[in-house]
Amino acid sequence: MIEGAKWRTWVYFRIPLFLFLLFLLFPFYWMVITSFRPDGELYRPWNAMNYNPFFTLKPTLDHIRYLFEETLFATWLWNTMIIAAASTAISLFCGVLAGYALSRLNFPFAGSLGTGIFITYLVPQTLLFIPLAEIIRNYKLGDTPWSLILTYPTFLIPFCTWLMMGYFKAVPKELEECARIDGASRWQAMLYIIIPVAIPGILSAGIFAFTLSWNEFIYALVFLSSPEQKTVPVGVTSELIRGDVFFWGPLMAGALLGSIPVALVYSFFVEHYVSGLTGSVKG
Amino acid sequence: MAQVVLKQINKFYDSVHAVKDVNLQIRDKEFVVFVGPSGCGKTTTLRMIAGLEAISSGDISIGGQVVNELAPMDRDIAMVFQNYALYPHMSVFDNMAFGLKMRKFDKSEIVTRVNHAADILGIQELLKRKPRQLSGGQRQRVALGRAIVRHPQVFLFDEPLSNLDAKLRVQMRVELKKLHQRLGTTAVYVTHDQVEAMTLGDRVVVMKDGWVQQVGEPLELYNQPANKFVAGFIGSPAMNFSTVTVTERDGGLTAVNGGMNIVVPPHLVDRLKPHANQQMTLGIRPEDLRVANGSDPAGLSFDSKVEVIEQLGSEILLDVRVGDGTMVASVEPTTRTKIQESLRLAMNPARLHFFDAKTEAAV
Ligand SMILES: Nc1ncnc2c1ncn2[C@@H]1O[C@H](COP(=O)(O)OP(=O)(O)OP(=O)(O)O)[C@@H](O)[C@H]1O
Ligand SMILES: [Mg+2]
Repeated sequence: MIEGAKWRTWVYFRIPLFLFLLFLLFPFYWMVITSFRPDGELYRPWNAMNYNPFFTLKPTLDHIRYLFEETLFATWLWNTMIIAAASTAISLFCGVLAGYALSRLNFPFAGSLGTGIFITYLVPQTLLFIPLAEIIRNYKLGDTPWSLILTYPTFLIPFCTWLMMGYFKAVPKELEECARIDGASRWQAMLYIIIPVAIPGILSAGIFAFTLSWNEFIYALVFLSSPEQKTVPVGVTSELIRGDVFFWGPLMAGALLGSIPVALVYSFFVEHYVSGLTGSVKG
Repeated sequence: MAQVVLKQINKFYDSVHAVKDVNLQIRDKEFVVFVGPSGCGKTTTLRMIAGLEAISSGDISIGGQVVNELAPMDRDIAMVFQNYALYPHMSVFDNMAFGLKMRKFDKSEIVTRVNHAADILGIQELLKRKPRQLSGGQRQRVALGRAIVRHPQVFLFDEPLSNLDAKLRVQMRVELKKLHQRLGTTAVYVTHDQVEAMTLGDRVVVMKDGWVQQVGEPLELYNQPANKFVAGFIGSPAMNFSTVTVTERDGGLTAVNGGMNIVVPPHLVDRLKPHANQQMTLGIRPEDLRVANGSDPAGLSFDSKVEVIEQLGSEILLDVRVGDGTMVASVEPTTRTKIQESLRLAMNPARLHFFDAKTEAAV
């Protein structure tokens, strides 16, 4: 693309982009720097002689060691992973099927059903956890991974369904009709044609669902109580903030390590993921 | 033997009556083209034959068997869609093989058939590519290939050439015609392009607003249109129409309007007699008009004023004003004339058409 004068690209594009990046990335930078900064520097008052908050000359792995030796961080990571993976799998399975049905099968009330599902997604979790807590107690699921694996889909399924509905609608219906004429049953047409074509959409839905359940806080806080059952967000905040004492180093190290798996998942799928969000299928 | 018979077919979408009482016998090996303006129900009719759309009333049979309740896969048809509908995640080979795989053909048979079809269409070197790596014309061929590998009883085409550029369209049209001559499979073809209809069809079905207007061989539609709509739709540039009053004069009939005094030729007199002193629509094709010379009888020529001159090389199209209407005349490329010049045009009396002003039916 030809933008015209050089200064224009700087003023309208490069400089704003740089500021924006700075704004977005600064918290991450802060998190990283705090994770590796020795305690002595962390708790130095702001008006001390050699106070400099933006970098450190004596990086240390103490905080990370503390996380793994003094807390159950490894267990939390494992719990979070299992719970996020299982609830994502359940939600994707249901969401793909429901999204397909709502967008492709002409049954009565398909439209209002779709809207209904979307509305359930709008009910805030901060309200929903109260009745859910009752259910969890009745089924004696409290303080087990199942309490989360089974409750996360309450918001993940509507989310996946809605996303997949939009995606399936963008797949030309002639593809499926052609498959039907070619001799495929509805199931086969879905399995061999529609789902492979919708893989980018399914991946986007999966990544979002995984991230949402990885970061989920309220349900995890309410339904889990013993330290060895906790997930990363709850574990880190409840075990590393004691009263009004913040263990900044381990806290930030926990946040950093906790975000690595999500970042990995993102970068692994990023190609598909981007096309899933920005482009649909062209015949 | 695959003849396709449509008997009293109707289609309602809720309140929209999209297809109305369509009756048609498509013979074995015949190439039938449905043509008509947008929204006239061509696609709907085709989709009912394919089984993609339920029939509201009537019967469709393929090869003697009523297929109203049969799923598309059991009708032994193949369809080519306007947007090709190639499976984007499969290679060209897999696209063509999909229908055969679904029908549990032998591996070796599949390979033979796909290669044979690829040979016919000249796409052997494309077999490993994905659809997105193909040009429009190549995609079109793959879509055709996918249809022919199955050796179906009937081919259905829904405007398969409309996404191609003009030149490629003409080329593919010829190829389609050759393909049909070679395979001899019954084919139903939908288009809104009357040139495609005329060149491809053994017979052409003209539709409008869900009604079949006329069914006939291309030249039959051109020479004896059943009504004003068909007359205006078939042929390019379109037929000229002007409203005239038919009056009796000197024992004969004359068609009169502001700029013309046409003596009705003898072969039409009997048919027009009942309409004497009524308004009628006179139709004459641009190619049946020519510049008059001295020997043309006054009753078959009229004065006009040239408004626009379109040089096409092989002919000249003149937009002329006649009385208070306009007409198009296709004249010899050597004709010399200027804008605003007056010009006397003569018409070919054998090719005059008259239509009832109210019913628009040909008389
Ligand atoms: N799914 C549908 N629901 C409601 N009305 C429809 C539907 N499909 C088609 N119609 C209507 O039926 C009529 C015929 O449509 P059809 O698609 O057969 O037209 P067509 O002749 O193929 O036109 P085109 O040349 O534009 O493709 C139109 O009036 C259209 O609005
Ligand atoms: Mg159509």
